[in-house]
Amino acid sequence: MKIIADAGRCIGAGQCVMAADSVFDQDPATGEVVLLVARVPADEVDAVLDAVSTCPTGALATAED
Amino acid sequence: MTTETTRESRPAGGPAHEPRPLPLARPCPFTPPAELTDLRGRQPLSRIANPDGTTGWLVTDYALARKVLSDPRFSARQELMSSPLTDRAFEPAMPGGFLFMDPPEHTRYRKLLTGQFTVRRMRRLEARVEEVTGRQLARLRAQGPGADLVEHFALPIPSLMICELLGVPYEDHEFFQSRAVAIFRLVQDPEEASAAYAGLRTYLLGLVRRRREEPADDILSDLVSGGGLTDDELIGMALLLLLAGHETTANMIAMGTFALLSHPGQSALLREDPSLIDGAVEELLRYLSIMHVGLLRAALEDVELAGHVIEKGDTVTVSVAAANRDPEKFGPSEDLDITRPATGHVAFGHGIHQCLGQQLARIEMRIGINGLLREFPGLRLDVPVSEVPVRKDMGVLGVHRLPVTW
Ligand code: HEM
Ligand code: HEM
Ligand code: SF4
Repeated sequence: MKIIADAGRCIGAGQCVMAADSVFDQDPATGEVVLLVARVPADEVDAVLDAVSTCPTGALATAED
Repeated sequence: MTTETTRESRPAGGPAHEPRPLPLARPCPFTPPAELTDLRGRQPLSRIANPDGTTGWLVTDYALARKVLSDPRFSARQELMSSPLTDRAFEPAMPGGFLFMDPPEHTRYRKLLTGQFTVRRMRRLEARVEEVTGRQLARLRAQGPGADLVEHFALPIPSLMICELLGVPYEDHEFFQSRAVAIFRLVQDPEEASAAYAGLRTYLLGLVRRRREEPADDILSDLVSGGGLTDDELIGMALLLLLAGHETTANMIAMGTFALLSHPGQSALLREDPSLIDGAVEELLRYLSIMHVGLLRAALEDVELAGHVIEKGDTVTVSVAAANRDPEKFGPSEDLDITRPATGHVAFGHGIHQCLGQQLARIEMRIGINGLLREFPGLRLDVPVSEVPVRKDMGVLGVHRLPVTW
């Protein structure tokens, strides 16, 4: 599974980093979402799905590889 | 600055259902009005009568709440709205007051701040929050049993942290606290509230001018040097941070402690295993939903929603308290249960305005509440539950005082 992040919609609330901080980070200058990995590790799949559903602006989506 | 010119009262949605005012009466401090629960089951989008004579809408379920709060056809511009609480017209946002703006203005201001409030940046502040909390714990103890937890603990912590971020000198903190309290008494005393605003603005103008001369290591200095902002914009942003971050967090710490002390089983769980605190904070945010009146939006065009047409100009009140107890999302959730998965709650809002300071607020609640339980193993209320003065008259749910003993 891979993640698609639309930094243009991101408002830097950090829900994704709270859900999975080995997958998501925020740009220190702008607060916008940054992906730390290209593929979602198997043990982070649930956390990533949580991040996708709690993101307040719908900036995150997942796709099959 | 005219606000209400385009609105007039509209007949209610049918003779059989004369719209009623927003339900506000709580059966007990922790329980939202029963009418809200009832509406959520029957009619999650319903009509309410606003005091200015207009008929608005009330959202009481979780899915609809998220929909409205993330739909760009609903505006956050106050001057387009009717209040469900008072017939006074709202003013347009002050410059920099981006909570009450739509894109692109909202985006421009918020982006200048998001880098300062990232999860990682806030985690680096933890040591400072620990320090401030430690000092307040000592002050609370020094007051002796019977001390007021609000005055000596819950109010100072967020006040000190936000003043520190902004670069407000410590000796001016008391001035800020008293003004913030007055502003939240808006419904009761509009004149006192606007006098308090004026006092804060004058003070902040002085601070902004000082930072233009000699920048320091704080948010205000960053904004001064980087953003190309006017004095008025800087003051507006600083005021927004102060007012949004002060009483909210203070009330969460105080109400959160009140809720835990009233649920001895829950506080015992947390005392035994302090690592439950992350979940406990989310659950307290959900259970208390201190923005108890709800979040307001105005329709910018006709919007079809849940079988109704919300007309352009109509105000929608989104009940965060009702949404956060929606069984569709949270299961049976009238009770406080700190082990419940409560993430996804809308206590910080949803959509582009979702709380900018939420990571700071979480850290303050976590360190504050665990600190209290650790340092005061015998902590309990010093008055009967029914004598705790609950703030019913203000926009943010809380307690005026919380006398505790140990
Ligand atoms: C537990 C404490 C807090 C609660 C319950 C809370 C709640 C909220 C809510 C519900 C909103 C959205 C309002 C809307 O959509 O109409 C909001 C926005 C905001 N909050 Fe908080 N807040 C808290 C603490 C803080 C703190 C500590 C800060 C700052 C240091 C802060 C700064 C802001 C700002 C700047 C906004 C406006 C964001 C925007 O419009 O983009 N809040 N807060
Ligand atoms: C019609 C009246 C009332 C209703 C329907 C009602 C309902 C409720 C509900 C549903 C809970 C949640 C239980 C939980 O979270 O575990 C609760 C808790 C609580 N209520 Fe009320 N309440 C009422 C009156 C009052 C009054 C008058 C007070 C005192 C001022 C009060 C104080 C409390 C306290 C301290 C708790 C938490 C401790 C506990 O679970 O016993 N309630 N109430
Ligand atoms: S949760 Fe969404 S809005 Fe928040 S930082 Fe992550 S991507 Fe951005």
